[in-house]
Amino acid sequence: MTAAGPAVEVADLVMRYDGRAVVDGMTFDAQPGRVLALLGPNGAGKTTTVETCEGFRAPDSGEVRVLGLDPRRDRRALAPRVGVMLQSGGVYPGARPAEMLRLVAALHAHPLDPEMLLEVLALQDVARTPYRRLSGGQRQRLSLAMAVVGRPELVLLDEPTAGLDPQARLAAWEMVRALREDGVTVLLTTHAMDEAEELADEVVIIDQGQVVARGTPAELTSSGAEGSLRFTASPGLDLDDLSTGLPHGLRAEEVRPGSYLVSGGADADALAAVTTWCAARGVRIVEISLDRRTLEDVFLDLTGRDLRT
Amino acid sequence: MSRLDHSPRAGAAPVARMLRAQTVMELRLTLRRGESLLLTMVIPIVLLAFFASVDLLETGADDPLDFLVPGVLALAVMSTSMTGLAIATGFERSYGVLKRLGASPLPRGVLLTAKTLGVLVVESLQTVLLCGVGLALGWRPSGGVRAAGATVVLVLLGTACFCGIGLLMAGTLRAEATLAAANGLYLVLLLLGGVLFPLSQLPGPLRAVGEVLPTAALSDGLRAALADSGSLSARPVAVLAVWAVVSLGLASVTFRWE
Repeated sequence: MTAAGPAVEVADLVMRYDGRAVVDGMTFDAQPGRVLALLGPNGAGKTTTVETCEGFRAPDSGEVRVLGLDPRRDRRALAPRVGVMLQSGGVYPGARPAEMLRLVAALHAHPLDPEMLLEVLALQDVARTPYRRLSGGQRQRLSLAMAVVGRPELVLLDEPTAGLDPQARLAAWEMVRALREDGVTVLLTTHAMDEAEELADEVVIIDQGQVVARGTPAELTSSGAEGSLRFTASPGLDLDDLSTGLPHGLRAEEVRPGSYLVSGGADADALAAVTTWCAARGVRIVEISLDRRTLEDVFLDLTGRDLRT
Repeated sequence: MSRLDHSPRAGAAPVARMLRAQTVMELRLTLRRGESLLLTMVIPIVLLAFFASVDLLETGADDPLDFLVPGVLALAVMSTSMTGLAIATGFERSYGVLKRLGASPLPRGVLLTAKTLGVLVVESLQTVLLCGVGLALGWRPSGGVRAAGATVVLVLLGTACFCGIGLLMAGTLRAEATLAAANGLYLVLLLLGGVLFPLSQLPGPLRAVGEVLPTAALSDGLRAALADSGSLSARPVAVLAVWAVVSLGLASVTFRWE
């Protein structure tokens, strides 16, 4: 790494489309050598933010610095150092993955071996298939390969695993982990909370163009969750009946169909009460946790909306 | 399999390597597209062979080939540098290829140079093929080396102005609209460009329009160079130069990369 200080700095960023602010005062930074996930639902402003970091858009107000430089003014200096994965497209429809990757490799001074990269991402069997005939997942992986082939200091990945089957998704996750191990800074966007939890050193949760929470996955899932018990079972349980069996002062609610929250100071006694009540009625508990919430719960608690919608 | 080493080692490649890689890509893609080969290679050859053998149109020349070969050469230049370039570039824009390349170390100037080189290589192939077919049919150009030199100058000027028109369309219209406009303009310029029959056979107003269009300037200029004295006539050169400056200027101002 060259400069100390953040690899990406976004300060009070505002971006408008037709007068409407899609990014509305966003501030965060990505530390060098770490993985930062921008987590939020579709339309939260993730792509707009990343494309501003990539220099495709100029901020309406606020400031963006990438590796200490201005993404638009210093575009030429940044281009070799920043690997970009667009959300879609970016490849000639008639080109084959091997030749496209070789082309991008030829634009860099010390690229990775394209053939090996194709193999790592399980694209070797379609290396000579025209891009237009590739599946969505194969296209995504080629786009990921194009982002890393030039051995950049920073990669910006916009929805790197959208549309991938589970196996390909794991391959993409492995790639992100390998990049991190080798000292590459990764900024990725996702609306999959398990992905953010799995990969990110730091998660920035955004909604309607604003940062609503940020921290490590552990911080986000534990803070504010003290004294709460969450469990997943079949939807539509009789909560009045459950409440009568709970220690005094605890409330039970169904926050999403099949997802239940017991709050008001839940402890080991509450845990025992819930499992006893469920066992007596033949209710199967799929998952249960105390003093802990998922990133999905965090998002729901903060915005009142479901991340998946 | 050994693990890849991702440790950062960023840097742009030397310009020569970038230019070579991008030019090879442009050429491969062009030569792979069936519809573009139809437009740039097959149609001009078929037109030349057909009209040379049936003598359907009154060309006004002693030998119809003296009229047809330069006209079809002009058509070939137009098909590659205007229609082919416009369609390919329009789709590259709509598929985000230009956007992605804009985030790569490839400078825009190198991309445009690669595209130009790609066009010139295809035009060289077209010229060799069409002249070969012409010679086989009995075409006997005059003017020698001077004619060849004049031809190169005219083809380069024509290429510049048709590239300008093509990029003007590709950089402003949607890809589908570019496809339609580029083919439509190809047909109009074929009919009003003195390619297969002289402009003098057109009614007055149409002839007046045709005379200021670049296709007629190119075909007439090539005809004068190859059939007559081997000289470069001033009027076609002037018409092509004006079109080149205006179209390339407009294209560079209006071109949108996304």
